[in-house]
Amino acid sequence: MATVADHNPEYDPVFGDYVALLKPRVMSLVVFTAFVGLMAAPVSLHPVEAFCAILFIAIGGGASGSLNMWWDADIDAIMRRTKSRPIPSGRISLDAALGLGVALSGLSVLMLGLAANWHAAAWLAFTIFFYAVIYTIWLKRVTPQNIVIGGAAGAFPPLIGWVSATGSVSIEAVLMFALIFMWTPPHFWALALFMRSDYDDADVPMLTVTHGRPATRRHILAYAVLQAALAIGLAFTSIGGVIYLIVALICNAIVLKDAVLIWRRDELASEADNFKVERAFFKFSLLYLFVHFLAILAEALLAPYGLGGWS
Amino acid sequence: MSFRVETDMHRRRRSQNLGVAICLVMFIGLVTVLSLVKITNTGPVEGYDHAPRASVTEEASQ
Repeated sequence: MATVADHNPEYDPVFGDYVALLKPRVMSLVVFTAFVGLMAAPVSLHPVEAFCAILFIAIGGGASGSLNMWWDADIDAIMRRTKSRPIPSGRISLDAALGLGVALSGLSVLMLGLAANWHAAAWLAFTIFFYAVIYTIWLKRVTPQNIVIGGAAGAFPPLIGWVSATGSVSIEAVLMFALIFMWTPPHFWALALFMRSDYDDADVPMLTVTHGRPATRRHILAYAVLQAALAIGLAFTSIGGVIYLIVALICNAIVLKDAVLIWRRDELASEADNFKVERAFFKFSLLYLFVHFLAILAEALLAPYGLGGWS
Repeated sequence: MSFRVETDMHRRRRSQNLGVAICLVMFIGLVTVLSLVKITNTGPVEGYDHAPRASVTEEASQ
């Protein structure tokens, strides 16, 4: 069993150590997708309300990151990628991380309810619970489908952005959620194929280890097909349009081509070219999500000028 | 002659205190601006002041 590095009582954390607990890089993705969800909604909020909504969705995401670091401190201390985080490196105590996570969770939900509406606040509360409890505490160390479950938590921000503006969930919000949900697993499985994960050392089950690499390749193809259907289907809703459709067709053609290549390759072929196709798939999938949400944003911003959407 | 020697601990605590102070001031400013926006964007508010309210009495008389 892993041990957590004791908090050094001689060390006073700087403010940046607390900021690091909120996983700022993850927060930037939360801000972007929540912003697109809010802008794409047919109801417009006052700019101050919109700013507050995005800010408190981001703080809610940060709070769940802090709770994740509190619970996972033992395995973070083992893995190279995470051992320099504030808790395993002894800069912040476990209690401080838990306190910050709980306090910011309450604050973000309350303030989102006041700034936007209580429906959005309820979704934010559920997202924090889903990521911190269902994913981190209950399922991450139990099932190799942990990437799928964790991906769902990361997929909620555009839906919360949409509900902040409209007060209700609609098919467009669900499809934006589904797009990120379907995108996450193949993205991380491709990474797991070409990079030996130190999750093995931490006893976190990963699909590549529990079900083997050929099964992981099949999973990538299956998710890529579902992702393409969702992404292209989104084009024909009220938030889609010609620009989005063109982007979706091009991006999904590239992803499907690479997913088929990954599925047909074996380990020998992959090792021969140092996982060239798997690396290309992973790199492109980073761009894939950004470009899709950028296209949704473009449709929303151009609509008032008669250029976006289908009308 | 100074009796206060600034150590690394002082610098770290100043960073913490300054960060918390800036966050609190920004939060107060945000809540103030948000309150102003909410109040000005809300329709006419009719407070109860122990006097007959025109809208209520008109509706009641119809």
